[in-house]
Amino acid sequence: MDGPFATAFSLIASGDAALMQIIGLSLRVTLSAVLLACLIGLPLGAALALARFPGRGAVIVMFNALMGLPPVVAGLVVYLALSRSGPLGSLALLFTPTAMIIAQTLLILPIVVSLTRSVVEDLWAEYREQLLSLGAGRLRAVPTLLWDGRVSLLTGVLAGFGRASAEVGAVLIVGGNIAGHTRTMTTAITLETNRGNLGLAVALGIILLTLTLTLNAAAWGAGEWAKRRLG
Amino acid sequence: MTAAILPLELRAMGYAVGAAALLSDITLTIPAGRRLMVMGANGAGKSLFLRLCHGLIDPTSGQRIWADGSARPAAQAMVFQRPVLLRRSVVANLDYPLALTGMAAQERRFMIARTLDRFGLKDMADRPARLLSGGQQQRLALARAWAMRPQVLFLDEPTSALDPSATRIIEKMVAQFSEDGITIVMTTHNLGQARRLAQDVAFLHSGRLIERARAADFFVEPQTAQARAFLAGDLIW
Amino acid sequence: MIHARRFILSATCALALLAALPVTAQEFITVASTTSTENSGLFGHILPIFRAETGIEVRVISQGTGQALETGRRGDADVVFVHARAQEEKFVANGYGVQRFDVMYNDFVIVGPDTDPAGLRAAADAKAAMAAIASAEASFASRGDDSGTYTAEKALWAAAGVEPAGAWYLSTGSGMGATLNTATQVPAYALTDRGTWLSFENRGDLDIVFEGDPVLFNPYGIILVNPQKHAHIKAEQSQAFIDWIISDAGQAAIASFEVGGKQLFFPRAN
Repeated sequence: MDGPFATAFSLIASGDAALMQIIGLSLRVTLSAVLLACLIGLPLGAALALARFPGRGAVIVMFNALMGLPPVVAGLVVYLALSRSGPLGSLALLFTPTAMIIAQTLLILPIVVSLTRSVVEDLWAEYREQLLSLGAGRLRAVPTLLWDGRVSLLTGVLAGFGRASAEVGAVLIVGGNIAGHTRTMTTAITLETNRGNLGLAVALGIILLTLTLTLNAAAWGAGEWAKRRLG
Repeated sequence: MTAAILPLELRAMGYAVGAAALLSDITLTIPAGRRLMVMGANGAGKSLFLRLCHGLIDPTSGQRIWADGSARPAAQAMVFQRPVLLRRSVVANLDYPLALTGMAAQERRFMIARTLDRFGLKDMADRPARLLSGGQQQRLALARAWAMRPQVLFLDEPTSALDPSATRIIEKMVAQFSEDGITIVMTTHNLGQARRLAQDVAFLHSGRLIERARAADFFVEPQTAQARAFLAGDLIW
Repeated sequence: MIHARRFILSATCALALLAALPVTAQEFITVASTTSTENSGLFGHILPIFRAETGIEVRVISQGTGQALETGRRGDADVVFVHARAQEEKFVANGYGVQRFDVMYNDFVIVGPDTDPAGLRAAADAKAAMAAIASAEASFASRGDDSGTYTAEKALWAAAGVEPAGAWYLSTGSGMGATLNTATQVPAYALTDRGTWLSFENRGDLDIVFEGDPVLFNPYGIILVNPQKHAHIKAEQSQAFIDWIISDAGQAAIASFEVGGKQLFFPRAN
């Protein structure tokens, strides 16, 4: 069929500047959000796996539940916080890529935290005595466990990436889908759908899926390499 | 060299979980330079005893007193039945505990090179530790313990998962450790191995230390009925 | 292992830099407008002309009229550009906006299945057309949101003396495009602004079945958000945009916007 696939291909082949800009912004926003979520979520998840404190169970349940946070709600929360009438309004961040990064970070942080906790907890059960014997306390064990759990953790990071790259609800609200400024692949798809331009919408969807596929393949390859190389 | 941490003196040491006493009233002095075999039937508390001595857990009653007065001296190491090797190269596994002690990088490199050499691990220095065979993994675990320059080495059934040839290699290494002056405290259910390696024997039964003897005496003339039965069981096998 | 770690560390730093990379800082204003103007492509046509003349970038957020006014109320846009006169006047009266200017108009049309089961093509006026849909209980897809189009629709039902309810009345709660997509599928009648309809591509069997009644007239107004409510409002550049769009140059730009050879919006300033 020469419908969406042909459109997708000719869009890519044309190297259309607006499209490249949209793809670039999508990647920038999503990868930044994944990075931020990892910087916060990996140590937090590991700490949650090793620490024992009252209310720990409640915190774990909360993060597990937040994995199902609707993107629109995450977007709304960030919107209200960043709005000029909100508590952080003076930062003038609403309708900027930074706001989109914040919203997506919020969205995928629970995934990273929950999966990290689960992976590190299992690993700690296996490693605890050996690490204590080697002279590593709980605190020192955190980076060790994160590094040794890297292949499993990668799955969690990819899940976060998938959620961020696929969602439209949060970025639409806090980004505003401004042409040339905060328009991403997903908000562009929404726009084209609303214009009844379904063929173009599907073509953009194919491009997005191809990007996601490429990144996942690369991550999977890296994971396999790490398994072979580092056990 | 750091201060001598041995002898290790256990005074009425016990460990209980709730109302269940898993180990009770163990009074024992572990002197420097000897090879002590901790023996007993399954469930007698041998592994728990090693963990308490090594400081992985603390006794719930009695005392564990090291000669240097510290709560848990650094100059000790333990080799587990199933060693946990980090998902890294052989070299990185050796480097890990050394880095934890704050040893300078140059000294660490020197120490690792010596260890690889001594334990015949040079060829596999850069291989992933997790992909080694069982015997090689246990050899690396011993090498890692040795690199930490312990005064006392605890071994918990180090060969029970290994085939006879790997077992022989490990036994030879343990003997060499001992010749280097490292005190050995080891559990095993392999009586042949106990006979080959033991200088002293501590016999546990139901969480209590019921016999403590020189190996030569213990294997010839056990003092308790339980030890006699245990050794007799060996003949049936 | 150490190398892998170092690699990850540097990759991390590179990404962090990428994230921190500032967007080209330029003079810009933010305009909250409606889906009808954005979806039709009007802004894509006129904004480059304005930018070429003034150097000011206009960032458009397209929302429903109600949401766009709320965005203005919160101070998240400098200018609102919408089509719901009563709401706009209230916005100004409440002190959120400085002054409302007429900009342009288009009109609403009723689209529906080509077979026209409710016989709208024969309707005398918009009131009769709405009544015909209700009495035939023909499917009707409604925006059901806070938009100017929905406001107009409600006024039409009220004029026809109909309280729309029942299985035939589909409240989509979404934008114009999504509602038209629904109407195409059912198929159902729907009220839409002509601009969105002309640039809409997924029409299926739908066609315009009623148009031309003066009550379907759809005026757009533009309002500067009150800088006295929100000190950060870029009043000067925003006023420049408003001045331009109601000037002869701006009005000419609007008039020259066509889709498929048809003019979508008609200048109306002054």
